[in-house]
Amino acid sequence: MNKTVNPKNLTPADDSGPLYAARKKVYPQSVNGTFRRIKWGLMAFCLGVYYLLPFVRWNRGIGAPSQAVLIDLPNSRFYFFFIELWPQEVYYFTGLLIVAAVALFLMNSVGGRIWCGYLCPQTVWTDLFYAVERLVEGDRRERMRKDKSAGALTLKRVSEIVLKHATWLMIAWWTGGAWVLYFSDAPTLVKNLVTFQAPMVAYAWIGILTATTYVLAGFMREQVCTYMCPWPRIQAALTDEWALNVTYRYDRGEKRTSVKKAAELRALAQQVGDCVDCYQCVAVCPTGIDIRNGPQLECIQCGLCIDACDNVMTKIGRPKRLIGYDNDINIQRRQDGKAPIYRIVRARTVVYSAIIAAVGGIMLYTLATRSLLDINVLHDRNPVAVELSDGSIRNAYTVRLLNKSGYDRIVAIDADGPVNLIIHVVGVDSVTPDRPMIVVPRDSTSELRLLVTAPAENNPEKSIPVHFHLTDIGLGVVASTTDHFVAP
Amino acid sequence: MTDHHSDIDSVSGKSTTGHEWDGIKELNTPLPRWWVITFYLTIVWAIAYWVVYPAWPLISSNTTGMFGYSSRADVAVELANLEKIRGGKMAALGAASLADIEKDPALLALARAKGKTVFGDNCAPCHGSGAAGAKGFPNLNDDDWLWGGTLDQIMQTIQFGARSGHAKTHEGQMLAFGRDGVLKPDEIVTVANYVRSLSSLSTRNGFDAAKGEKIFAENCVACHGDGGKGNQEVGAPNLTDKIWLYGSDEATLIETISQGRSGVMPAWEGRLDPATIKAMAVYVHSLGGGK
Repeated sequence: MNKTVNPKNLTPADDSGPLYAARKKVYPQSVNGTFRRIKWGLMAFCLGVYYLLPFVRWNRGIGAPSQAVLIDLPNSRFYFFFIELWPQEVYYFTGLLIVAAVALFLMNSVGGRIWCGYLCPQTVWTDLFYAVERLVEGDRRERMRKDKSAGALTLKRVSEIVLKHATWLMIAWWTGGAWVLYFSDAPTLVKNLVTFQAPMVAYAWIGILTATTYVLAGFMREQVCTYMCPWPRIQAALTDEWALNVTYRYDRGEKRTSVKKAAELRALAQQVGDCVDCYQCVAVCPTGIDIRNGPQLECIQCGLCIDACDNVMTKIGRPKRLIGYDNDINIQRRQDGKAPIYRIVRARTVVYSAIIAAVGGIMLYTLATRSLLDINVLHDRNPVAVELSDGSIRNAYTVRLLNKSGYDRIVAIDADGPVNLIIHVVGVDSVTPDRPMIVVPRDSTSELRLLVTAPAENNPEKSIPVHFHLTDIGLGVVASTTDHFVAP
Repeated sequence: MTDHHSDIDSVSGKSTTGHEWDGIKELNTPLPRWWVITFYLTIVWAIAYWVVYPAWPLISSNTTGMFGYSSRADVAVELANLEKIRGGKMAALGAASLADIEKDPALLALARAKGKTVFGDNCAPCHGSGAAGAKGFPNLNDDDWLWGGTLDQIMQTIQFGARSGHAKTHEGQMLAFGRDGVLKPDEIVTVANYVRSLSSLSTRNGFDAAKGEKIFAENCVACHGDGGKGNQEVGAPNLTDKIWLYGSDEATLIETISQGRSGVMPAWEGRLDPATIKAMAVYVHSLGGGK
């Protein structure tokens, strides 16, 4: 039963805290080790590819772009080394996206968020920006101290801040600059950009990417991964007990105590861990988490805590990899006194690999066997058919010929169906009767008006299939398509 | 009028507007200052707009605005720019001969595109959007031409029209043999059946072919020619083929012979510029019926 309540007796819910928690600024400390070296290497590779690829040349013959990777929007062409794609072949990108997605799943099932930790642009550029910051302002402690005494703006401090942001902006600007080079001939565009003759849209894109790089890598950093990126959520659903994740092996870490105390306790044959609670793993973490709390959303699994912990373990004479790539099963097994097992080949990884191989294989096959000559036919709808004065029936078609090869082609068009059909292309005098020949310029489409006539004596009943064949006179390549011939 | 400041809502402690509906009172919640200022600014903007742009209709004209601002003038400038961009291509079209246009794929494509648009605007009301025609309006896709189907003839027909009143127009009249009393009704029926026999259509039982031929020779051959093959000089259709502008059934033929026919095609010279007329001629020719 509803009871009347005096509004004055209602109390507000106790939500006196802020709606959002303020960001805790992260000050990752520099670290050396295996994973740091892998990260440096991959960063150099990724950035190298990104910044230099537009300048790689690829000879496609005279008149064709000689840039290895080029997205030619005005002419609707995409060039990737030996591949040239037309807009109607955009489905290759679908295949590429499928492969990319499944590759991400595969990486995940083998080694966790390898993408996040090593390859993601957000990680790579943030890492680079951190390196700049460290170089200019010093390592973790120094930066923390400088930020705390924010009021002390000495000339040195101001120049540091200016230098840091200037360097960041320069990197960001180069990032935007490299982006636009993929859409136009790179050397020419560089020259035009410098002489202020490049199109406005190029400057606009450089501006946009400079701004996003500067903001995302300089200021938002780990917040992009934690709050903006959907991958951590998806990844949580994809991982399983066999996936190798960056893991704190608490079977040999607990309980944590100082080196000295641990030695004493060990002498008394008491259970004590290798972890000395030095917080090095937390200090180096670019997302500011404690890996010893177990797997968590914010962890991008970059492995820097492994390096930090290994360094400490070496110093105190304990075995390395207190933090390492491991799975949940092994922690339990080690506690039970069993040997750890690793299983990379399992149903999940096999299926993902098979999908990648299948889609990749199909793409390669279709790419290798795709026709460089094609014909599309569109039947006139208004009128569908015309009766001529002698009683014969004629249909008109709009024919589009595609010549994707790098040379002009002379092609002949034939039409065949259940009845005798006479064809004629408007504007073309047939040398061979009933076999119009057309020159299709290289790397282009030609639109023609094709008239197909069925003589009066063999008028079709209503609708019959008609096959159009396109034959390269020199090479004999045939492309075909089927449409209909309609009687009124 | 109620002084709403004196009327205070007991629950919220705010003043009300003083209006009351079924015991419910409206709180006096003034609009935010920025909102009111924005509102006044839009009024100022609107008044400025009235003054600067042509706005007020007067009895025989309108206010013309200031500074020469006018959206119509803006459109004119845009259109002029567009013409400048397209000018070169259309000039090439105007300079080329009709035959050359059909031989040059680029010019043909341009002429067809331009012709199709202009056809839709000017010719489609009679000939249909696909030029398929209708009763009394020729189908331009077929190969039967009243005034000739070569490029030059098509262009001439577009330029000057048929029975349009233009000095150079096509002239030719289908006489009203019945209305004018030249032929008697039974003679009209006979010659109508004779005309049907010319294109191998079925004829009425007991129709006198010899009589029909005689009437045809005396009255129709002058325009439609021996054997009814037609004459494009006077726009007399070929009566032996399968294509009929008004219909081939007996009733329609009787109506045609009795009342006569004289469809009008307007002259487009002066309404469309020469290059456009050229483009249209090429377009119509390329529909497939052109000779």
